[in-house]
Amino acid sequence: MAAPLTLLLIVAVTIRAVLFRSSLAELIPERVEVVSPLNAWKRVVEGLALLDLGVSPYAGDVFHETPLIIYFFHFVIDYAEIVFMVMGCVFLLQFRKQKYALEAERYPLDCLELIRTPKEMYYIPLKVAMFYLLNPFTILSCVAKSTCGLNNAVIALFILCTVKGSSLMSAIFLALATYQSIYPLTLFAPALLYLLQRLYIPVNWQRSSFWLFTTQYTFMYLGSLCVMVCLSFFLLSSWDFLSSVYGFILSVPDLTPNIGLFWYFFAEMFEHFRLFFICVFQINVFFYTIPLSIKLKEHPIFLIFMQIAIISIFKSYPTVGDIALYMAFLPAWNHLYRFLRNIFLVSVVLLACSALFPVLWHLWIYAGSANSNFYYAITLLFNVAQILLVSDYFYAYLRREHHLTHGLYLKRKDGSEATLVLK
Amino acid sequence: MGLLSDPNRRRALTKLLTRLNAPICVMCYLAGVAWFMGLAFEPFTLRTYMSENAMGSTMVEERFPAGERALATGREFAAHKKKVGGMPVDWLVKTMQSRGLEVFTQSFTRKLPFPDENKERYMVRGTNVYGILRAPRAPRTEALVLSAPCSEGNNNNQAVGLLLGLAQYFRSQIHWAKDIIFLVNEHDLIGMQAWLEGYHHTNTTGGDWSPLQGRGGSIQAALSLELSSDVITSLDLVLEGLNGQLPNLDLANLFYAFCQKIGVLCTIQGKLQRNDWDTTSGYSHAAQTMMLMVLKQASGRPWGDHGLFLRYHIEAASIRGINSFRQYKTDTTTIGRLLEGMYRKLNNLLERLHQSYFFYLMPSLSRFVSIGYYMPAFGLLAVILLLRVSFHLWDNRGFYFYLTPSSPGVLSILTPVVISHMTGVALYTLPILSQEMAVQHFPVSETEAVVLTAIAIYTAGLALPHNTHRLLQGEGTEEGWRVLKLVALLYLAVLLGCTALINFSLGFILALSLVPIAAFITPHTPKALSAAIMVLLSPGCTLLYCVFVFQELQETPVSLQDGWMLFLSVISQGILDHALYGSLVYPLLALLIYPCWLLLWNILFWK
Repeated sequence: MAAPLTLLLIVAVTIRAVLFRSSLAELIPERVEVVSPLNAWKRVVEGLALLDLGVSPYAGDVFHETPLIIYFFHFVIDYAEIVFMVMGCVFLLQFRKQKYALEAERYPLDCLELIRTPKEMYYIPLKVAMFYLLNPFTILSCVAKSTCGLNNAVIALFILCTVKGSSLMSAIFLALATYQSIYPLTLFAPALLYLLQRLYIPVNWQRSSFWLFTTQYTFMYLGSLCVMVCLSFFLLSSWDFLSSVYGFILSVPDLTPNIGLFWYFFAEMFEHFRLFFICVFQINVFFYTIPLSIKLKEHPIFLIFMQIAIISIFKSYPTVGDIALYMAFLPAWNHLYRFLRNIFLVSVVLLACSALFPVLWHLWIYAGSANSNFYYAITLLFNVAQILLVSDYFYAYLRREHHLTHGLYLKRKDGSEATLVLK
Repeated sequence: MGLLSDPNRRRALTKLLTRLNAPICVMCYLAGVAWFMGLAFEPFTLRTYMSENAMGSTMVEERFPAGERALATGREFAAHKKKVGGMPVDWLVKTMQSRGLEVFTQSFTRKLPFPDENKERYMVRGTNVYGILRAPRAPRTEALVLSAPCSEGNNNNQAVGLLLGLAQYFRSQIHWAKDIIFLVNEHDLIGMQAWLEGYHHTNTTGGDWSPLQGRGGSIQAALSLELSSDVITSLDLVLEGLNGQLPNLDLANLFYAFCQKIGVLCTIQGKLQRNDWDTTSGYSHAAQTMMLMVLKQASGRPWGDHGLFLRYHIEAASIRGINSFRQYKTDTTTIGRLLEGMYRKLNNLLERLHQSYFFYLMPSLSRFVSIGYYMPAFGLLAVILLLRVSFHLWDNRGFYFYLTPSSPGVLSILTPVVISHMTGVALYTLPILSQEMAVQHFPVSETEAVVLTAIAIYTAGLALPHNTHRLLQGEGTEEGWRVLKLVALLYLAVLLGCTALINFSLGFILALSLVPIAAFITPHTPKALSAAIMVLLSPGCTLLYCVFVFQELQETPVSLQDGWMLFLSVISQGILDHALYGSLVYPLLALLIYPCWLLLWNILFWK
């Protein structure tokens, strides 16, 4: 296990190092698919320069990172390239450990076929690491020095701590992720569910142990969030960062085209409808937590996956780095493979869209012959494909659960072979 | 959504698609070709119309009187050119200054990667001279360009004369709201490239030029004038620019409108418009005009000096005077009036030309086919690839197969893919890198060395399948080639789709030749016959046919021998265009299309 991992690590680092030195290193950070106004390295550099001059980094509408990040980079600025690589590696190490923990899950043993053998399980961490480190999306966002890699690392640490059952660390990392980009707030529910499950506390409104733990976890989470926000305040001694970071994320003032759904919509919109639709779009991201938590309350890890995917599709400034994060989970669900129906179609559409993004961007911006509608059409298709992918996995998961309880080969009442139909 | 979630309905669809796959594919191909040929039929095309309001209804009166004087200036220019043996820089500067322009010069040098035998140049050294007429009525934030090339021999002297004449005349008028830049560029496109890069502070291809001392506003439109005789019979409009980019259709409309108004015969692709669209000969005339445009666009090279402007978002066209044996002649004064009218209208522009189409084909100057009409032709070809994907993906009952987790190792698929692409990289880099070595060891010139190396590597790629298999231990499996074919089909579909978006003509021509082989190649077809067909439909051979067809359409048919020489020179020009101006056709063919074709070749010889 260690040997292939090391090899993988070497390959991944080599690819990044080569790209950092190549001429592409200047081109990639300019791509709107790879960097967003939130996490562009150019903006971080600008913020650092302002900080060095003794000006608030949030003066001027360029920098939108959180204060802790800027101080973090303040110390490591000279080693920035290395930091981004290390973040990739951190990610890898986590999954290595995390997936062993998954083994602990036990399924009812009525369908041997559907249970993963230990051998398959053994390779999952490696596959996850491979999916993340060799994913072109990750490589691009690493070479662009997008701070998205940091956020991904924080979320990965959070998942690791949650799976290992340390509720304090889990709460701290969740708070850190929330502090970075608000949206991971929705991961609170699955984390709580998982920790409850680990402690054998049933989700029952009447039980005091349930309330006790929930309060405890909420307190840890809110406490560490509070500490971080206050720390930011004391570092900069102003509350500027609140509007500049969270206001920027929630009210979407920057309509630079990206792979998300917001920019075109809000560029076209009449000003007086803006507030209403911003509320609708933002609630959309958070809303799925409730139905999904109810449906998947027995399977919090899968719920985490679903939530991360939903965040990366519907967030206001998505980049390919966010997509790489949830795609890294896909090998963990390879036991669902036989129940997936549209995986081929979806992967083809995703591939084709990835190729079409730069082409249509070229036609729109450089050649001037196409226009924004062309680009948005591809964005739309890309997101539809992602939604199909996620819902396909969701359906496959539910179907597998159904088979686990009802047996793999379903019979109709008259004895003929039955098929499951989702309508 | 039922199709996506209901397994029964899905199965019905897939069953239909797999059972009738081959007939549907053949139908699609024929329909695609028929649709394309139908585009030239007049009832299916749209009449051109002026979309830009600022250029539409405003009245312009053309009064340019000084045609004769312009010709005299042209003769003077010719004499000085002969005396200096190149661009008469001092004379031009003096003349432009005396006409009241702000005059600047720009010198440039460029070493070609290998000698250009068509134009006989290797180390290029030259000077551009340009004069700016400052707009008297506006804040000088926008500009128009009129350029004329200073060519070798006796060509284009009249164009320079007319340019200077127009400069003098424009200077005396007060209604200019945009700067007008009069540019005389040396060494045609190389000079133009240097000037444009200097103007926009970019350097994309590593040329060496001195910075520009004077600038106007942002350039809105440009016309390049080519005129080599005192009187002409017709004016030809050239639109095709770098990488098949076309200017906004309104520029062509503007030209056509003024030709109609002033009564000048105008052509596109050197072909006059005919009115008998309902006869066979009328249709074939329109089809030929359109095919010429398709071939020119597919070549990806700039067909006039305007071709590089398009890269900078500047609408530009070349106007070429043609003197044939026709009786009806047009004098220089009339051409001057035509240009005056066009510039007056362009001067009225309030924003960049954007109202009309950017993607179009023209079967005649007054008719056009827009993207919505021609894309289905390509779509019908591309859908064949997707149908074949579905055929290889589903078995007869409509289940996925060959994509089980136990499918052949990644390695057996990855090896041919990587090796094909390595060959592509070799085809892209080696010809220029190895020219010196080739010249030392073989009795060939540098240009021949480059072209012949390219052809040698291209042919050597055919031996690839045998070597790929030597690298792989064990036999290729039945599933192996199916997965490889799936990869090749998808790869080709994405590739052609992207190409067709940027340059429809290139994408369509490649689809026409590559789609049939991609669709029907398997290891089980008769080897010799399939191999012959594959070679005949390979990208290189397609290029050869295109050369012959192009000559045929231009009504200058060539013999096999000459055609072959022309083919060699086209290859060298393609490589030069890439190195000098950044044309993308050569890298596209070498790095992507050719490896893709090699994948299909690998499938044929799968063991």
